[in-house]
Amino acid sequence: MFQVMPDQAVSLRGLRKSFGPVEAVAGIDLDVADGEFFAMLGPSGSGKTTVLRMIAGFESPTAGTVELGGRDVTRLAPFERDVNTVFQDYALFPHMSVLDNVEYGLRVKKVPRAERRERALAALRSVRLEGFEKRRPAQLSGGQRQRVALARALVNRPRVLLLDEPLGALDLKLREEMQVELKAIQREVGITFLFVTHDQEEALTMSDRIAVFNQGGIEQVGTPAEVYERPATAFVAAFVGTSNLISGDAARAVLGREGTFSVRPEKLRVVLGEEPPGPDEHEAAGVIREVVYAGPATRFVVDLDAGGRLIALQQNLQASSMDVTGLRGARVRLVWNRRHEFPIDAPAEPVAAG
Amino acid sequence: MNFSRTSRTLLRAALVAGLAVVYVPLAVVLLNSFNSDRTFSWPPAGFTLRWWGAAWDSAGLRDALWTSVQAGLGATAIALVLGTMAAFAVQRYRFFGRETVSLVIVLPIALPGIVTGIALSNTFHTVLGLPLGLLTVIVGHATFCVVTVYNNVLARLRRMGLNLEEASADLGADTFTTFRLVTFPMMRSALLAGGLLAFALSFDEIIVTTFTAGAGVRTLPIWIFENLFRPNQAPVVNVVAAALILLSVIPIYLAQRLSGGDPQTH
Ligand SMILES: Nc1ncnc2c1ncn2[C@@H]1O[C@H](COP(=O)(O)OP(=O)(O)OP(=O)(O)O)[C@@H](O)[C@H]1O
Ligand SMILES: [Mg+2]
Repeated sequence: MFQVMPDQAVSLRGLRKSFGPVEAVAGIDLDVADGEFFAMLGPSGSGKTTVLRMIAGFESPTAGTVELGGRDVTRLAPFERDVNTVFQDYALFPHMSVLDNVEYGLRVKKVPRAERRERALAALRSVRLEGFEKRRPAQLSGGQRQRVALARALVNRPRVLLLDEPLGALDLKLREEMQVELKAIQREVGITFLFVTHDQEEALTMSDRIAVFNQGGIEQVGTPAEVYERPATAFVAAFVGTSNLISGDAARAVLGREGTFSVRPEKLRVVLGEEPPGPDEHEAAGVIREVVYAGPATRFVVDLDAGGRLIALQQNLQASSMDVTGLRGARVRLVWNRRHEFPIDAPAEPVAAG
Repeated sequence: MNFSRTSRTLLRAALVAGLAVVYVPLAVVLLNSFNSDRTFSWPPAGFTLRWWGAAWDSAGLRDALWTSVQAGLGATAIALVLGTMAAFAVQRYRFFGRETVSLVIVLPIALPGIVTGIALSNTFHTVLGLPLGLLTVIVGHATFCVVTVYNNVLARLRRMGLNLEEASADLGADTFTTFRLVTFPMMRSALLAGGLLAFALSFDEIIVTTFTAGAGVRTLPIWIFENLFRPNQAPVVNVVAAALILLSVIPIYLAQRLSGGDPQTH
């Protein structure tokens, strides 16, 4: 069977939502391709949940349109949309068993009993929850509940799966395990995942592409590498990873250019001795203000002579804490390859950091 | 908390004394229903089932009991419908005068029964021209029974939030299906608890009943009240009291089981 598949699973056009005087979503355009693992990353209150709720159909937009697979669904009720949501608090039905929860979507769509039983059991298997069918949600751990919620959504084979900080309630270790599993499950089922998180690391490790939200708008859309290595705005530079900006006088003195530039901390080399920079390299002299020993790496906070402050992250390949902590106050030079400095369009100070 | 030995002993004594004040008289009522002496001499003169038999054979008593059951069921039914609708309206929709609705619903239970009684009696009589009877008793009881259902349902709705219903809609269920499969089952124990309370309130109501019942209708409390001071009926009244003690254990037990096994919303 041959079918023409529209490329876009989700398209948002001029999407806007106001709650009274609060503009939660300030007009965004976004395209998510079929089969993509797409993250919406941003600080608290930046409008991520509101966007997700408009896609699911729980909020109607003040303006703009929502398209799913090329079809305009802006005015449709949630139960008329081919999306399913994994809620932040899971919202499992407490009066139903795990199996009944997972079967729910098929049951209301009148799928025959035998088929829905089979599909629900398969979905539970895919999230590794065989043997839990008869339990009530209250009798499960947080991680197990999260997987039931996932199975309950996946069993319907929606076009798009929306996940609102699905790992937020889990402890660090479980969260890291579930990150790997979610990614594996998504690859298996091939469904588009649209994933909300305020954890930049989570977004970077899991997604094919990321949209960085700030105050109801989108600052940048790109692959994790693009967003991290080449932040488009000062906000993105600050929110995704450590902000390392060279601007004003420092930019003129060190780079010989006007504007604001970003360099990631791990791209900087801390040089103690005389070592002339290569042809592709820039360097800036300064004094080490602070040395933070962090196990596998050490963070050096360096005040530049030309003004401003940069953070350099060095792998502790040879050094031990004894060696590095003694460097506080030492004069150093920071050296980096020009490839790793990127101009940033907004010179404004970042509003918030993660 | 840590208590000293003495204060622990004192607390225990106070608890025993408190329970005794409540339960010893109830036990006396139960025992006296089998007391062969008509004047309840103490200790009981002998064991008899005569009074239970007499109560069973009393047509007036049976009629009164049946009337009370009808009134209780009627008032409970009205309370369930109106209380649930009011709770949903207040919790789920914003409308003008929303805050006032709660007050208006709770007020009748705070009003002295005699005021409600007079007001209703006047209204039925003079304004509506309704003959007083079972129907007016039911309506009268419903005015203060609504609040028990309303409060129970409102509390449950608050705790439940909108998440579960959104999840249901998200999974493809329309509004009616969501109500049938999610909202109502989550609501069920609250409705039962509210309904039981409403029935109990109606069942022992006497003041409003007096004003709204008219001549021909006699509920159980009114029958008891009329027969309480007739010396030869005293043992039968006592049997009724004993029976009611036993019967009221059932709803209390049910209500506790229900709230104990309540579905938890997470
Ligand atoms: N129902 C509502 N009524 C009024 N304001 C709302 C409502 N829902 C959201 N807001 C406001 O809209 C803004 C965006 O909220 P939203 O929940 O989308 O943020 P978020 O990015 O999901 O944040 P978080 O990471 O904390 O979940 C916030 O300022 C919030 O206070
Ligand atoms: Mg949110």
